[in-house]
This record gives sequence, C-alpha cells and structure tokens, in this order.
Amino acid sequence: MSTSTQDLNKLVSREYKEGFVTDIEADTLPPGLSEDVVRAISAKKAEPEFMLDWRLAAYRNWLTMQDPKWAHVHYPPIDFQAISYFSAPKTDGPKSLDEVDPKLLETYEKLGIPLQEQKALAGVAVDAVFDSVSVKTTFRETLADAGVIFCSISDALQQHPDLVRQYLGSVVPPGDNYYAALNSAVFSDGSFVYIPKGVRCPMELSTYFRINAMNTGQFERTLIIADEDSYVSYLEGCTAPMRDENQLHAAVVELVAMENAEIKYSTVQNWYPGDEQGRGGIYNFVTKRGACRGPSSKISWTQVETGSAITWKYPSVLLEGDRSVGEFYSVALTRHMQQADTGTKMIHIGKDTRSTIISKGISAGHGQNVYRGLVKVLKSAHNARNYSQCDSLLLGDRCGAHTFPYMEIKNPAAQVEHEATTSKISEDQLFYCMQRGLSEENAISMIVNGFCKDVFKKLPMEFAVEAQKLLDVSLEGAVG
Amino acid sequence: MLSIRNLHASVAGKPILRGINLEVKKGEVHAIMGPNGSGKSTLANVLAGRESYEVTQGEVFYRNSNLFALSTEERACEGIFLAFQYPVEIPGVSNIYLLKAAVNARRKHQGMSEMSAVDFLKMVREKIKLVEMKEEFLHRAVNEGFSGGEKKRNEILQMAVIEPTLAVLDETDSGLDIDALKIVANGVNSLRNEDRAFIVITHYQRLLDYIVPDFVHVLAEGKVVKSGGKELALELEKQGYKWIEKEPAAELRV
Repeated sequence: MSTSTQDLNKLVSREYKEGFVTDIEADTLPPGLSEDVVRAISAKKAEPEFMLDWRLAAYRNWLTMQDPKWAHVHYPPIDFQAISYFSAPKTDGPKSLDEVDPKLLETYEKLGIPLQEQKALAGVAVDAVFDSVSVKTTFRETLADAGVIFCSISDALQQHPDLVRQYLGSVVPPGDNYYAALNSAVFSDGSFVYIPKGVRCPMELSTYFRINAMNTGQFERTLIIADEDSYVSYLEGCTAPMRDENQLHAAVVELVAMENAEIKYSTVQNWYPGDEQGRGGIYNFVTKRGACRGPSSKISWTQVETGSAITWKYPSVLLEGDRSVGEFYSVALTRHMQQADTGTKMIHIGKDTRSTIISKGISAGHGQNVYRGLVKVLKSAHNARNYSQCDSLLLGDRCGAHTFPYMEIKNPAAQVEHEATTSKISEDQLFYCMQRGLSEENAISMIVNGFCKDVFKKLPMEFAVEAQKLLDVSLEGAVG
Repeated sequence: MLSIRNLHASVAGKPILRGINLEVKKGEVHAIMGPNGSGKSTLANVLAGRESYEVTQGEVFYRNSNLFALSTEERACEGIFLAFQYPVEIPGVSNIYLLKAAVNARRKHQGMSEMSAVDFLKMVREKIKLVEMKEEFLHRAVNEGFSGGEKKRNEILQMAVIEPTLAVLDETDSGLDIDALKIVANGVNSLRNEDRAFIVITHYQRLLDYIVPDFVHVLAEGKVVKSGGKELALELEKQGYKWIEKEPAAELRV
C-alpha cells in the first residue's frame, strides 16, 4: 500500500512479452557494408536500374556524412560493419497464404496480428514485414477493387515503378540526414500505398514490423501517396525479440498529400526496450516526414512510443499548400534506462496554414524523455497559426524530462502559441484513487491514461485500446 | 462496527492523536467536532490508511478485524469511504470512469463480476439526482475546474454510488453555501440506514442542523474530551470550544 517515491519505481519491471525468437531458416547477408552489399540487396530484389543508381548515390553521400550528435541521447559508436543489412526467411516469394511458412503465420498470430483474412481485425488490412522483407499483405484484392494500391515497396518497384520513381525521396531526399542516407542505400522493404483521386480508403491500412534475426539492422521504407480529395488512415506496429545486443532500426517514412487529401498516420512503437540495466534494445533512428503538397490538404501524425532503448524521431509536416493542416500527437514513455528524443517539425510555407502539436512525455525509472520541436514560419506563410502543448509527467525521482521548443518566425502575421507543463503523480492523487478501492498500479495507470487522453483519442478505435493496454503493461512495476 | 481503542498517531514525528477511544455501531451517526489542530482530520486519514500518518499505539477494529492489517484499497473495498476535505483533481480521467473503476474494484474484491455498462449507467443516473448534478458532470475530468461546492457534491455522489458501510465525512461542509450544504446533507440523509454508519467531522454546528447526529464527540489535543447527544453541539455553539478546553481531559466513552 506504499505510495512513496521509491515504491513508484517498483512498478516498471514487467517482462517484454513480444521478446520471443522465431526459429526459421533465413537467407542472410554476412555483416558488413560496401557498394557490393548495396548492389547485392538491389539484385536480390531484381530492382529496376534507376533504383540501384539511386541507392549507390545515397551510399556515396552517406560515406561523407557524420553521425548526428545534437540529440540528448548517449550510446557507444555504432559499428556499421558488424551489422547484416539483409535477412529474409527462406522462401521463394510466397504469394498466397498457403505458401507462407507456418512458423511465420504463428509468429504473427502470437503477436496478435492474424494474417488469415477471415481471422483479421475487421476493416484492417495488414502488410507484415519480417526482418528485411514483406511476408504477406492482406486484403490486397479488396483494396484493388477500390483502386487502392497497398503492397510491399519491393512489389511496388516491380509493378508500379513510375509511381515509386516519381515520389521516392521527394519528401525525404537521400542526403537528408545520416540515417536517411543509410536507409536510402540499404533499405530492404516496407509498405507502399497509393490512394487515387477522390477515393476514401475503405479500410485501415497497417504495417507490422518484426525484427527477428540477430545482428541485423532493419531499414524499411514506407511511401504513402494520397491523391486529390482522397483519405487514408494508416497504422504501424513494431516488436523485436529480447537480445543483449543493440539492434539498429533506421526507417524512412514519406507521405504526400495532394489537394484536399488527408493522411492520418498512427504508430504504436513497442520495439524491445532493453533490460533494467540498459542491456540490449533497439536503436530506433527514424526519419518521418509528410508533405502537404496541395491546398487544403492535411497530414496528422499520432505516435505512442513505449519501446526502443533509444528513440530519435521527429515526424514532421511541410505545409506547402495554402490552408493545409499539420498535426502531431505524441505519447512517449521511457522507463528503465530508455532514452527518447522525439518531437516534430512544422514548416509553414503556404498561406493560412495551421499546425497543432500535443506532446505527452512520461518518464519512469531512469528514463530520459526529450521533446524537441521546431515551428518554422516562412515569409510566404501569411496568417500561419501554430499551437503547441508539451506536458511531461515524472514517475519517481531518478528520471528526467526535457523540452526544447524551437521557433523561427519570418512572417509577422503568424500566431504561435506554446504551453508546457511538468508534473509528478502526487501522493494525494494516488491516495484518493486508492481510497476509492483501486490498487496502486491501477491508480497509476488510470492517472497516466488520463494524462495521455488527448493523444489516445486521436488513434483509431481498435488501436486506442491497444495503446492503453501497452501503456498499462509498460507501467506494470514501473513505479516502485 | 468500529472500535477505536487508545489510538495514538503521529504526522512527521509529531504526535497528533493521543489516545482516542470511540465505539461506532451500525446505523449510527457520530459527529466529531473540535477546534483546529485537535486531530479531527488526522483521525479520518488514519482510518482510511493514509501512508504519511503513523499509528504509534492503540488498536482499531472494523467489523471485528484489525483495521491496520488492511491496505488502503482493502479498507475501501471493505466498505470504508472517506469524503475528502480537499478532493483531488485528476486531469483527463472522467468522473464516470473513476466511479466505474471504484465500483468494479469493490465487486472484484467481493468475488463478483464487473457491472455491465448499461446497469452501471442506470444506477449512476439515479444517484446523480440525489446531489442535483447534471449528467454532463459525469463526463468531466474528476474535480478539474470544479467549484468548491461541486467538488463536495461530487464526493457525496461517489459515496452514493459506492454505497459504503462506514462513511467518514471530513469537513464536507467547509466552504459550502447554504444551498450546497442542504444538497450535501440531503444526500447523506438519504443514505442513512440501519446498516450504515457515519462519522461526520465538522467545525460548525450548522451542518448538524441538517444531518442530525446520534452522538457528538468533542476532540481537543488529540483526545475525546466530551461526548454526548445532539444537544452537545448546540451547547458548543453557544459557549465555544473554550468551554470544553477548560474541563479536564477525561476519558469519556459512549
């Protein structure tokens, strides 16, 4: 019945239930990075030549770049020669479910992501990415009837090379930053979505990323294009086995919204966070950016980040079209020795553009949580408006919360608001809830969920429940 | 139902309760009065099991078992309810969510299944009339932005929904205007029955015009210095606490 600070730290030690390993024969490239490796990846996927040239240019660019040092995170230098850049379960590109290795189906079943369409969550189509490749995309036919393309990016390169060529790298150029350049050189798979003009995508689209192989990096690439007057809601989830070594996940996600289109992108990130001593866990170094290219378009990022040893990501929006809207809703939880440096960039370029940023950081154990955000209003962006709210909640007295809001305003008509709070769960709140019969864990979970409510309500229904559960299990023993 | 025997308790090493004796039987309403710092709120918090209050001596039996063997939440699930003097705000958590969590925690403790959403809503809608609150109140965050009166009415709503066996009201009347006071008293009175007991802690006799107690106890310097019927409250109102403090601190029992 103790509610003191020391006891708060007991609550953070639940097991990571997605931490199992699938024993499956894999086709894995030996560790190391060179032009030959880049060529080998491209060859394995029988890519068009423009793609290989693009990769090689990115690789050469990467060689000239430096690992960024400005984030508030600490880790030993990464040995890029010790990582394998491609690992795929050994199969000959199964197309129907019968050809998918049952072990893989079982893996996704265990993770709560059945790939059999009849068992699937109603109204959600899934692309399952296992290590370096997509193993199955469900409901492809149903979606095709609506004109929606939803497939792995490897398939897209075969079947829709012109679309890929037109948009790939148009939002995150290959040389954008160190990890984006690395990704551009070695990305192995990911999802591709194209929503044609005037189509409201009939299902939620979702990608489930799973890292399985040891000493392997996952470099996936996601590209979503919403053409004029279209709408799509997309969700990604991620897990990995528990290992003592750190593993690198460096993804790039690009979104393009044309006139009057809307893209809602939600992430529930639960990569293995490492153990209590900070051994193992995923380095999650991700570049996510959307371009509101057409007038009155809208891009909305929602993220629930509970996993990874280190998270370094800033889902951003380029508000190019007049009256376009960018949103960022984030819950980031760090416990044990986790470090998160996350936030967003809202770049106002068009007139009457609007952006909203709601960030909720929760730190427990020795967790370090950073909000880092940039609101930039260019001279061209008349009447731009931004509202930012950054709240931090501390559980215990060994964790940290930091807020770095940057603003660059070049147009005097801009209205930019920023609010920030930092609070602790008070003994008064816990006692109040416990006096009403709640256990300490339930009380903490209720208070934390209340703190995150503004973000959770932005998630698609099914996933809001998932996110809440995830937060509950992450907090189990997180205090105390 | 409740038997307090020679209870001593300290807060931050400072003795506050110095030998309280009190017997509460089911169906009874006991008023506890006394000047500031006499230990009234400490007694309420000790009974509810607040951690920072240290029991240094004495025993408390609740329904014939040792109260101090139970955790805070176990006491709540066993039917002890504290209406807070300063109800706490919980941003983002709706009133109805907390109510449901409280009701289901208690049902789970009793080995019952959770109440269905439909039954729960029906029950809450009935209870909310008791404290004359609008239904939209249920969807607001717990106590966030509530006026003083709304917070106290919310405590009574929680009490009505939870249906405790022993309710301790810690200065529920403080900061209430006369209309809110009547609503609160009305809520309490409608919950009075032969199985339920109340301990009503108050500074002023005024509340006891509306919640008529069976017994009145006066606390001074951590002890019960005088006990009597409801007329004791009127006497106090007339003479003030000075009158009591002049009397020797006798061990009085009801």
